[in-house]
Amino acid sequence: MKILTANRLTDGIAVWYADGGWAETVGQADLAHDKAAEDRLEAIGAKAYADNEVVDVNLIDAEVVDGVVEPVRLREKIRAAGPTIRGDLGKQAERAA
Amino acid sequence: MYRYDEFDHDFVQARVAEFSDQVQRRLSGEITEDQFRPLRLMNGVYLQLHAYMLRIAVPYGTLNGKQLRMLGHIARKYDKGYGHFTTRQNIQFNWPALSDIPAILADLASVEMHAIQTSGNCIRNVTADHFAGAAADEVADPRPYAEILRQWSSVHPEFSFLPRKFKIAVTGAERDRAAIQTHDIGLHLKKNAAGELGFAVYVGGGQGRTPMVARKIRDFLPEADLLSYCTAILRVYNLYGRRDNKYKARIKILVHETGVEEITRQVEAEWQELKDAELKLPDADIRAIEAYFAPPALADRPEGDQAVKLARLDSKGFSEWLDQNVVTHRHPDYAAVTISLKGIGEVPGDASDSQMEAVADIAEKYAFDELRVSHEQNLILPHVARADLKAVYDALVDIGLATANSNLISDIISCPGLDYCALATARSIPIAQEISQRFASLERQREIGELKLKISGCINACGHHHVGHIGILGVEKKGSELYQVTLGGSADENTSVGEIIGRGFSSEEITDAIEQIVETYLGLRLNPQEKFIDAYRRVGPAPFKEALYAGETKAA
Repeated sequence: MKILTANRLTDGIAVWYADGGWAETVGQADLAHDKAAEDRLEAIGAKAYADNEVVDVNLIDAEVVDGVVEPVRLREKIRAAGPTIRGDLGKQAERAA
Repeated sequence: MYRYDEFDHDFVQARVAEFSDQVQRRLSGEITEDQFRPLRLMNGVYLQLHAYMLRIAVPYGTLNGKQLRMLGHIARKYDKGYGHFTTRQNIQFNWPALSDIPAILADLASVEMHAIQTSGNCIRNVTADHFAGAAADEVADPRPYAEILRQWSSVHPEFSFLPRKFKIAVTGAERDRAAIQTHDIGLHLKKNAAGELGFAVYVGGGQGRTPMVARKIRDFLPEADLLSYCTAILRVYNLYGRRDNKYKARIKILVHETGVEEITRQVEAEWQELKDAELKLPDADIRAIEAYFAPPALADRPEGDQAVKLARLDSKGFSEWLDQNVVTHRHPDYAAVTISLKGIGEVPGDASDSQMEAVADIAEKYAFDELRVSHEQNLILPHVARADLKAVYDALVDIGLATANSNLISDIISCPGLDYCALATARSIPIAQEISQRFASLERQREIGELKLKISGCINACGHHHVGHIGILGVEKKGSELYQVTLGGSADENTSVGEIIGRGFSSEEITDAIEQIVETYLGLRLNPQEKFIDAYRRVGPAPFKEALYAGETKAA
């Protein structure tokens, strides 16, 4: 399965495509289960890039754990949570707050 | 220290205005990311995992209190309350919004700072010995020459689109604390038999995926010829350096593929065309720049000896800190102090906004308003009266920056790694933290003695692992982090590239492996004075391989 991720142009914050917009957390990201869905997400990413909403757009591997979307690779897990050495920073801190 | 003249002020202000306009045009969608990327990189703005990152230049690592206080202010106002001092004597902020960067640059310009040429394929911040101007063993302060190089290389039209980035380092002492042999150009300021100043010139050092030790191409270059000779080197590189392959584009590859004799011949031939023209430095100009770096007037403070003696008796912590973090100054009543940014279990090189402000206060009160950033990611107070050392120590204790571990195993260089960096393949900081916690006992660290441990989270080697006595390189293998160990590297006047010792270790195994290496060293050293690097050079890798992997061979 794939999800679409990028960084927001204005502040660089990591975002994921979910429910018609860019969410600041990964949990509800739109999942692509097949090639057609991947192509659809890619097209959305390309348009958002062209519209100067986001930069560094990528389709990444994801899985669903306990009903929540999670990236597969460590790099993407860290992007989704924040630095592993600073639990007080990034998405993980916002979740805890 | 150097003060901006009218030209510098205008230049930096003009750049702030130009980049602010570029940011506005980007945010409004007038220019695309492809158009903007090279512009932002020229101004030190990267995109990392979580956010943008802004790298700010600290020319030759020299700062004053006002500047450090401004960095603290930026950390608090625009970032998340901290900054990261880097191995190129710069500072990085990890969370700035693109829309705030014009305001940050304006704040920086107000204290004569900027982020120009901290990225891109140009001549980067020129680095220097962090004890420059204070060290007892230097022939002259190398920073005036670093400043001359900065002026020459700033938006140099010919050298703004090189095949790849280009790094220059300068030392003024025989004992190389600036790692000059790992730079594209390394300059060793020295005197010839006639007592004249000049440079031994090294070319083609570098780390990354193809580590190379620089080669000496000239034993003595008169100081007046600094710019013409560097221009000659850059011209040869610009002309023949490879642009077809990013990984082969550094001058080290050109030197390696062309051969040092031929490169030397080409540089010398180019130089013949340049040496007696307008790049020749007039003596008056050199001396004028030198005057900016005139040392503070150091009044005799002979009471320091007695004060230090008494304070030692009074405080074990002070005594240990004095032994480890305080070095001899050229003036006997003074000392140079290393402020360790390597507290046990802390992030190497990170300092909080309030720590930066407090260190700025200390520098203003006790250190003639002078500060340095070292390439080993610590801060330095280059001139402190011995009589004031206890007061400085007490002030550092108050802000948690009095860790007495300079040059010991917990004084680790570490890149940001996969916790922040978009290029990283593994985390470095948690490994540094775990090793520093494992060796937390100062008594044990001092028993081990000088040991430079350096960690990179990818092959680009920002954490200098190739030249660590013990180097750790984090890679991704089958979806997991794996740590390769190299031994025998060093970044001093006897620079060497470490050798891979064997198969890598998982994140769970790596600290045990490091401890095994250290124990092996302790078991085989001739005496406590034989440092790790000397012992390794004497015995080679075999005993360490045996200790790490013998069980596996037998099992297999």
